[in-house]
Amino acid sequence: MINLELSEQLAGLETLMRSVATNVMRPISRKYDKQEHDVPVELKVLDRSRQRQASGAAPAGEKKEKDPTQPRQVKNGPAMAAVVSIEHMAWGDVGLMLSIPGGGLGNAAINAVATAEQKERFGSLYASMAITEPASGSDSGSISTTARLDGDEWVIDGEKIFVTAGGRCNAVVVWATLDKHKGKAAIKSFVVPKGTPGMEVVKLEHKLGIRASDTATILFTGCRVPKGNLLGHAEVAEGEKRAAFGKVMQTFDNTRPGVAAMSIGCARAALDLARELLEKDGLRFDYDKPLWDASAAEAELYRMEADWEAARLLVLRAAWMADNGQPNSMEASMAKAKAGRVGNAITLRCVELCGSIGYGEDTLLEKFARDSKILDIFEGTQQIQQLIVARRLLGKSSAELK
Amino acid sequence: MSEAGKLLFDLTLTDEQALMRETVRKFVDAEVRPFARKYDEAGATPRELWQKTLELGVNAVQIPEEQGGFGSTRSPISNTLLAEDLARGDMSLALSALSTLSFVNCLLDFGNASQKAQLLSACAADGFHPAAVALAEPGTRFDPLKLATTATRATSATGNQGGYVLQGAKTLVAFGPEAEHVLVIARPPHGAPGEAGAFVVPRGQAGVSWSREAFMGLRPAPLHRMQLDGVQVPESARLGGDVPFQLSRLVDLSRIGAAALTVGTCQAVLDYVKSYCNERIAFGEPITNRQSVAFMIADIAIELDALRLLTYRAAARAERGLPFHREAYLARIQAVEKGMKIGTDGVQLLGGHGFIREHMVELWYRNLRAVPLLEGTLCV
Repeated sequence: MINLELSEQLAGLETLMRSVATNVMRPISRKYDKQEHDVPVELKVLDRSRQRQASGAAPAGEKKEKDPTQPRQVKNGPAMAAVVSIEHMAWGDVGLMLSIPGGGLGNAAINAVATAEQKERFGSLYASMAITEPASGSDSGSISTTARLDGDEWVIDGEKIFVTAGGRCNAVVVWATLDKHKGKAAIKSFVVPKGTPGMEVVKLEHKLGIRASDTATILFTGCRVPKGNLLGHAEVAEGEKRAAFGKVMQTFDNTRPGVAAMSIGCARAALDLARELLEKDGLRFDYDKPLWDASAAEAELYRMEADWEAARLLVLRAAWMADNGQPNSMEASMAKAKAGRVGNAITLRCVELCGSIGYGEDTLLEKFARDSKILDIFEGTQQIQQLIVARRLLGKSSAELK
Repeated sequence: MSEAGKLLFDLTLTDEQALMRETVRKFVDAEVRPFARKYDEAGATPRELWQKTLELGVNAVQIPEEQGGFGSTRSPISNTLLAEDLARGDMSLALSALSTLSFVNCLLDFGNASQKAQLLSACAADGFHPAAVALAEPGTRFDPLKLATTATRATSATGNQGGYVLQGAKTLVAFGPEAEHVLVIARPPHGAPGEAGAFVVPRGQAGVSWSREAFMGLRPAPLHRMQLDGVQVPESARLGGDVPFQLSRLVDLSRIGAAALTVGTCQAVLDYVKSYCNERIAFGEPITNRQSVAFMIADIAIELDALRLLTYRAAARAERGLPFHREAYLARIQAVEKGMKIGTDGVQLLGGHGFIREHMVELWYRNLRAVPLLEGTLCV
């Protein structure tokens, strides 16, 4: 039955996360925006890897036996819980959310493609993800970092940039090719624990926004890891190239709604604050007047809310589909495309609406407007999402629609 | 945990809705879409088509059994799906075919027992019973909370009060002089903003005059201007039951209806441009091999799905009895803006061909411009 309200359980999670965002993140939001590379020690209480250990680290993917005679029960499961949590943490502070110990993108990769044995070994690590290279961004199939088997070890060589939490994590999931001539099918991911000789964090970036989150350049020089640190399987598929690469890429089907949720959270933060400031100035929002009889500021806020609400529902749909076993690659990209552009536009417009108060560092509006930009870029830019949607919608291959 | 507390976020249709959806889609593909152009050119809808929509159960499903209906629960969500699916065939047909349903829904929501008994059975009957809700008024910047049409208490020669006198003008009223009943929304002469009553005006009522309206779009829908000059209606014509008439509920339900019509029409646009642009060759390959074209289509799909979810959310809240004023307002904003954007992009994607009346996109373009006007027209 069609219902687009959160269940009581998810609404409870929402309240909990909002309270964490309000009480733990907001008070230190400006501090770590200013102290760019300092570790936000206040976030230790939120350490995810310790939570995973405490809960017995039940690996994802263990499913209960189902009675095939029973009609499928609708589920609001982990994917929905994830986007709801992320939205409200990101309402607190996107940069700080990305700095919560234990919750790296590498962990998502481990969850998505690791074998049971690997999940056991790596499940409690705080793992970041190293994909991008100086000459390889959205085109992640073109990476040139290499992995070569030498005895029982992989030897990794190359340079990775834009590694979120690369400085603070205790392991890196690095993408490397086994044979550059074999294209995407030869790209595999490897878990490299911190302290492994040959892996060095050489630089932390200075950024427009999400300054609380560290973004590292990592150099791999003859870096050796055990054979079993390759996530999943080592075979290079000859025929089903796209399927093999797809296995690595599938991490993103799970994480795109998450980044979209960050965008929604950040935009909501800006909307809430702008509305509060405008109400102090005597504006009232009753959702009654036709737009042309409302003041321009009022009308703008309504338009932003409508866009925001629509984007949020796309995010929830993508997560709901994941929870209910429906393929959601296109819908995940739709969510990220709309949430990314709407989130950025809203935060920027809120600054404009609030004048020098919005532009100034005495409020967080200018910070939200800086933070939101990356959310329309990382884990697939706006244009990459449009490309994914367009190919699916129009039945195009990547050779046809470049 | 309470039953309501266990309710999950869910996008699954009920079996009844899925069946209705399939039936309506088949009907639309066979009986509506192929003829939409012809009816647009003629500026008229054949009466048999309304009779056929009636056979889908459009009006009778949610009318109680004692009034001759099927007695299903009043369901704004089911009505939203119905409006969407009919509009995928043709917005004009959806608007006229569901005009009586809109009247029925207002009766179900606000009518008293005797009004329901008298009027609902006529609407549930086998024959087509044209009816309409008249809220919108001619003029620029129409605001439903600032109605110009008034309902003044009538005073007889002996000083006894009885009935009302209606004065004003309404626009976009379906069926006009053919309408068996029109629910006229009017305000008391000295009422607060938003204060209003709903009055049933029967066909042939003295003081009512009609003129057919010709618009940029919605041409096959029999839309009329209604002039009310000292129209006297009895006390019993005023809707009012256990629940008093609420103008805001009527307006909000009609905004969901307008958004649903937008969703259906935009779905038609998307389907059309997908296949046209995939087949259209330029520079030696399908034009969808170019990002500038492909991304426009991707954005149509993205904004359409977003609007659809927004519309469903407002309808589902209405169905559950939750407040839905804000959600309906936001759905209307997106429907007006994104709907027209999709309409104009639909023409653009066909280039010069889109401007020719051989293709449907120009018709959808004209119809989508009507969305902001559809206040009080289709209450789900």
